[in-house]
Amino acid sequence: MKTIVIGVIGADVHAVGNKIIDYVLTENGYNVVNIGVLSSQEDFINAAIETDAKAILISSLYGHGEMDCRYMREQCEEAGLDNIKLYVGGNIVVGKQDFKEVEKRFKKMGFDRVYPPGVKIEKALDDLKEDIGS
Amino acid sequence: MKPYLLVDFGSTYTKITAVDLEQDFIIGTSKATTTVNTNVLDGYDKAFERLLRNHPNILEEDISGFSACSSAAGGLKMAAIGLVEELTVEAAKRACLGAGAIVNLVFSHHMTKREIKTLKESDIDIILLAGGTDGGNSECILYNAKKLKEAKVSVPVIVAGNKDTNDEIDDIFENTKIEYYIVDNVMPQLKKLDVKAAKEVIRKIFIDKIIEAKGIKKAAEKLGEIIMPTPEAVLLAAELLSKGYEDIEGFGELMVIDIGGATTDIHTIGEGFPKRTEVIMKGLQEPFAKRTVEGDLGMRYSANALLSLVSDYEFRQYFDKDDKCNHNIAKSLKRRRENVDFIPATKDEEEFDKAIAKICCDVSISRHVGHVEVVHTPLGNMYYQTGKDLSDIKYVIGTGGVLINNADAKNILRSVNKKSNKKLELRPNNPAILIDRSYIMAAMGLLSQKYPKKALKLMKQYLL
Repeated sequence: MKTIVIGVIGADVHAVGNKIIDYVLTENGYNVVNIGVLSSQEDFINAAIETDAKAILISSLYGHGEMDCRYMREQCEEAGLDNIKLYVGGNIVVGKQDFKEVEKRFKKMGFDRVYPPGVKIEKALDDLKEDIGS
Repeated sequence: MKPYLLVDFGSTYTKITAVDLEQDFIIGTSKATTTVNTNVLDGYDKAFERLLRNHPNILEEDISGFSACSSAAGGLKMAAIGLVEELTVEAAKRACLGAGAIVNLVFSHHMTKREIKTLKESDIDIILLAGGTDGGNSECILYNAKKLKEAKVSVPVIVAGNKDTNDEIDDIFENTKIEYYIVDNVMPQLKKLDVKAAKEVIRKIFIDKIIEAKGIKKAAEKLGEIIMPTPEAVLLAAELLSKGYEDIEGFGELMVIDIGGATTDIHTIGEGFPKRTEVIMKGLQEPFAKRTVEGDLGMRYSANALLSLVSDYEFRQYFDKDDKCNHNIAKSLKRRRENVDFIPATKDEEEFDKAIAKICCDVSISRHVGHVEVVHTPLGNMYYQTGKDLSDIKYVIGTGGVLINNADAKNILRSVNKKSNKKLELRPNNPAILIDRSYIMAAMGLLSQKYPKKALKLMKQYLL
């Protein structure tokens, strides 16, 4: 069973989407380690190390995601998580911006998958199957 | 009268507490210097003689049984090894502390040659090897197990990590001289603490092996098993006193403090969950009965370290307001460190010792209690809580030679209270303070193994 760490980053307390992701991924056979809301980069990384996770799914709904996710890839590398997949989704930037631009920025920051607002979790599920297997 | 004897082979004194099981009272106590270097029974015999001399109503043939614990010859020293410092390393440390051990060495991630060398050269008694949740990381614990094998460590190794690695660890240690025990993972799921199995095996190794290595075997032959390390007995007593037993009500959440010559031990019993809805718990799950040991906070052996923890100015704040003496802090500390048997002879020396005790108490509480951190979110302020919220603790109990012999012990223990300059610490809010004047906490922990109800009754009667 593949392990995935999920959680809501930064000073963000939006818990509903987080619960949905947990439910759907668990139903689909993944071992979901949910670190919950108000989680820091260190929380994600420490959880991934101890549980040998293959991917980290970061949610952010309050608009500050871009700041919270800065240097996440570098921190992972520093902690020895070389091949881990990084996904991010939600309202990850301030205001309404062209998603193509947003995606480009996050990919440049080292994220493997970037999702716009309103995307269904099933989309991420398909990507997970492709990236790390089921 | 049906006397039952509880014996504590301590680092300095061998103490005997005689309890009457018929009428539930403490007949008397006695002590003599511990003699582990020659024959441990010499000290015991001396204490026993004293007990009979002072309490002629105890007849040797009436004695109905013994229970004993020990912290002699440096107590139980352990090394904790894990993966991530805040997670499995911390879980391993808590297992050791909860079993009454002192954690002398701590290692995280892959062990280096230097670390292995430090481990080999140390005088630790048991190694606890953890790492990875069940089904999680297995690479690190296997790597460290191989390193321990290569190093041919001579002390028992308890393996309490990712269960997926158990078979491979068997393969690594089988056919070597290393004595190893595989038990449940100390952190089976992320942030979930499970130290029960590890604690049990620590106690078993302590009874079977460590007692012999420390020269206390003779006492075990005479008195029956030395059933646990002394700090574990204190923790068990505290837990019983907190929870109550059958129809006898307990005290609820409580704290036990023991300031010693070298260390300060804090035990708290209670969940310590957040008291408000806008508080979110962070970090590893806290043990219900939690013990921490501060190796740099003590009255004598660690006196020198105090000035690296508090400044000269801060130190002065701990003197009583009406204390007129102009203490030379550095000199007074040095004197105590160099002469660990130092006993204050003048009023000023007493006042100085009191200040040291207050610092030990204050700083160790800062480290033991939980902390909150404010997070400003678009929905208002939220708080992270790391560690236990102990603000509702009802009782603080002082035990150990320093506190129980100090006339002003209650005043010293008041330094556990909430402080205006430490607002983010979840310290107790003006709890009632009791002193273990007859020095019975460890003895009651021992007694509780066979007679929990009597132990509880006696504690409620004798803690003042």
